[in-house]
Amino acid sequence: MLRKEPQITPALVAEHGLKPDEYQRILTLIGREPTITELGIFSAMWNEHCSYKSSRLHLRKLPTKAPWVIQGPGENAGVIDIGDGLACVFKMESHNHPSYIEPYQGAATGVGGILRDVFTMGARPIACLNLLRFGSPDHPRTRHLVSGVVAGIGGYGNSFGVPTVGGSVNFHTRYDGNILVNAMAVGIARTDSIFYAKATGVGRPIVYLGSKTGRDGIHGATMASASFEANAEEKRPTVQVGDPFSEKLLLEACLEIMGKGCVIAIQDMGAAGLTSSAVEMGAKGGLGIELDLDAIPCREEGMSAYEMMLSESQERMLMVLDPAKEAEAEAVFRKWGLDFAIVGKTTDTLRFVVKHQGEVKADLPIMELGDEAPLYDRPHVPTPPRPIIAAESVVPPRSNRDALIHLIGSPDLCSKRWVWEQYDHLILGNTVQQPGGDAAVVRIGDGPKGLAMCTDVTQRYCEADPVQGGRQAVAECWRNLTAVGATPLALTDNLNFGNPEKPDYMGQFVGCLEGIGDAARALDFPIVSGNVSLYNETQGRGILPTPSIGGVGRIDDVAKAATLAFKGAGEAILLVGQTQGWLGQSMYLWQVCGREEGAPPPVDLAAERRNGDFVRGLIAGGHVTAVHDLSDGGLAVALAEMAMAGGVGATLTATAPQQHGFLFGEDQARYLLSAKPQAVAAIEAQALAAGVPMQLIGHTGGEALTLPGESPIVIADLVNAHEAWLPAYMATAAK
Amino acid sequence: MKAAVLLFPGLNREGDAMRALEQASGHKPTLVWHAEHELPAGTDLVLVPGGFSYGDYLRCGAIAGRANIMDAVRAHAARGGLVVGICNGFQILCESGLLPGVLMRNRDLRFICKMQHLKVERADTPFTTAYQKGQIIKVAIAHGEGNYEADEETIRRLEGDGRVAFRYCDAQGQVGGAANPNGSTNDIAGIYSENLNVLGLMPHPENLIDPLVGGTDGRGLFDSVARFSAAA
Repeated sequence: MLRKEPQITPALVAEHGLKPDEYQRILTLIGREPTITELGIFSAMWNEHCSYKSSRLHLRKLPTKAPWVIQGPGENAGVIDIGDGLACVFKMESHNHPSYIEPYQGAATGVGGILRDVFTMGARPIACLNLLRFGSPDHPRTRHLVSGVVAGIGGYGNSFGVPTVGGSVNFHTRYDGNILVNAMAVGIARTDSIFYAKATGVGRPIVYLGSKTGRDGIHGATMASASFEANAEEKRPTVQVGDPFSEKLLLEACLEIMGKGCVIAIQDMGAAGLTSSAVEMGAKGGLGIELDLDAIPCREEGMSAYEMMLSESQERMLMVLDPAKEAEAEAVFRKWGLDFAIVGKTTDTLRFVVKHQGEVKADLPIMELGDEAPLYDRPHVPTPPRPIIAAESVVPPRSNRDALIHLIGSPDLCSKRWVWEQYDHLILGNTVQQPGGDAAVVRIGDGPKGLAMCTDVTQRYCEADPVQGGRQAVAECWRNLTAVGATPLALTDNLNFGNPEKPDYMGQFVGCLEGIGDAARALDFPIVSGNVSLYNETQGRGILPTPSIGGVGRIDDVAKAATLAFKGAGEAILLVGQTQGWLGQSMYLWQVCGREEGAPPPVDLAAERRNGDFVRGLIAGGHVTAVHDLSDGGLAVALAEMAMAGGVGATLTATAPQQHGFLFGEDQARYLLSAKPQAVAAIEAQALAAGVPMQLIGHTGGEALTLPGESPIVIADLVNAHEAWLPAYMATAAK
Repeated sequence: MKAAVLLFPGLNREGDAMRALEQASGHKPTLVWHAEHELPAGTDLVLVPGGFSYGDYLRCGAIAGRANIMDAVRAHAARGGLVVGICNGFQILCESGLLPGVLMRNRDLRFICKMQHLKVERADTPFTTAYQKGQIIKVAIAHGEGNYEADEETIRRLEGDGRVAFRYCDAQGQVGGAANPNGSTNDIAGIYSENLNVLGLMPHPENLIDPLVGGTDGRGLFDSVARFSAAA
């Protein structure tokens, strides 16, 4: 039965997220009014999430190349050469808006989507990480969101069979109406066996593989490109529903047919489903695509062309197969019990043609769908600078001892064990360093080589000074990899910002990107993949600017990786780097003094490089027994973390005129090391030669942490404070 | 030792198990697809690994427990052959009738992955001769449905016949309370069949075979079966 096509009205155009001038662009491009299916296709391809229309101009400024980069941004994931014929394929992506509406499925399908991006390129995923930002703990929705998101990430990753080995969890009232769920996946492939989306050959069949198509997630990408008003709940049908079992079957089937040489081109169906994957396959290869929707495996009756083109049903791939190997591929699909169908073919017309029930529902120019997407240079204003806060101007409200105990039990700094014990972090038997350290360390096969990985961003720094905050996010990620002894290789970024149509939020985006670019260049740490999530705003209030950085580094011998736990008594504790006592935008100033003020600590990229290379050299030479980089909470918190992890106390002897500044200042480019006393002289000589500031600040030993002039804090008490907050918070009756 | 590792769609710890078996026996195990009707000739040990076979649809292990290959596994067990099921594998053995009882949802209703101490209840079975009776070992757990339950009569028989293989405990060997991660009856982490040739356990010894990756207390189980098969 032929359905009557709806009339295209201005209201319908607006509902599709298209502005009047963007609609005019469509009319000019195709020379007529679009069909409803074509309107849907444009709304998907030209929304912010898929077209990057507000961000692409600025993203072009980022450094994306290095001798070890095989594939930079523009494909499903980034690819770097890690030696011995192996490549690491990785990317981070957001699923912010869906996770706010339906936290379990939003987070689960975020994980599913990023895993697909990695294995679509021929890489077997070996690890997942994530970065989560929730609203204030006092906000009535926060517990429900934490519970759902963590369960969803675990539910998908554990079932799929990849260890979730690292992450970051923070809370702030600016995320009350817009949580952030950024999921990162890392996989390994052979460098001679990487697969791309680009279709080749005219008249080749296009094969659909995976779960049946349903009505879930329609307009998911458009929803992700819009701010929430008060009716976010009504958007529940736009959240996709995931099935990790299907994805596991898809993984095994894809890797098997790739191994047999059956695959010419492959693309997973993610945001905007069949539409974006088919258009990309064709456009990248300079080919037209003709789709026959009668052949699409559907799990619902009577789906329209519009619905099939926009469905975001999960766990589906599109591929072009080598015609000589089709039968072999089919046998693999049947073995794994997967639905597959030939749903179209490549053409030489450069048109994107969609047919259904004997009618042409869409006929659009395939290159222009991507190329003619709007490109905006949105107005932006820089963030006005904040005043520098001198430590001497801050009156300590309590003793340093009490401040430390308060800080390590605070929501951002406390133990996240409640979270990561819901993630299988041990499967595959290669997790050399599990959650809780500076970076996760995962061995590759039987080793000795391994990868270090971490996720970082300090959003309050970005809010106060986007350029310094952007630098700091990259620098801290680089430091965390260095602290375990890895050579940082490349990063993926997930840029979470507010409404780009507002010049101050757009200014945050531009500023952070400038900082990220500075640091990536100075540290030889290029961006190889990434994702942009804009319009994170509810009822006019945007999130803190949050450019998440996911880094990967190489460790040549995992047995030599460094850990942050103190190893024994009587060892020297050394502080690498310069300390002025920077309290502006520090956790101390916020959590202990109740002030979110000041300029953030400046990042000296040359010092970061110098200090980090020095520390990495010490680790490789086996001269140090423990290493930790300094960040939130400064020196005292880092010291406490090393003592708690090792069960070994420490006595701090170094003092400064502003002791609270020395203990809790968040000056950058710093590390703590422990070393046997007989190794200290040689280390000091090396520091001098490298031009790296370093001072002896105390010794390990005993069962307590003792700060100058304070009574000792027994480690067991530190551990209790550290471990107590989150489980108690989550156990309190949810409303 | 000739080991056969079963593979069902959705299992994901078969690689970990194969590594542990190869390390202990020096021989590569054979992967056996669920649709096969026969085990390889001369199989000494069948291992059913962990994961989420069939997505845990219906009940954990319910679909796998009724697969083609399970007839051959039951026959192998009836002849006295060794069978071990780990985590989802334990659930599959219960569903297939090779072991009594059922694994219910964890008491706290959440998936839990962490290191866990176990008490080795007896060291005189083919699976435990490399341990000492009463030894406390540190292995890993990673499950959402590890809460072992059975009717009173079954529990009485298991305890009475010495068929409890491992019990959850703390580092000092104390059972109960916080030392039990999932609420299982009598802190049971693993059980034997009547003839002690079939073992099911929820924890993952195959993840504790390497000093670089957590420790080596898991090796004992694999060393024991390798030794038993070599002597047979």
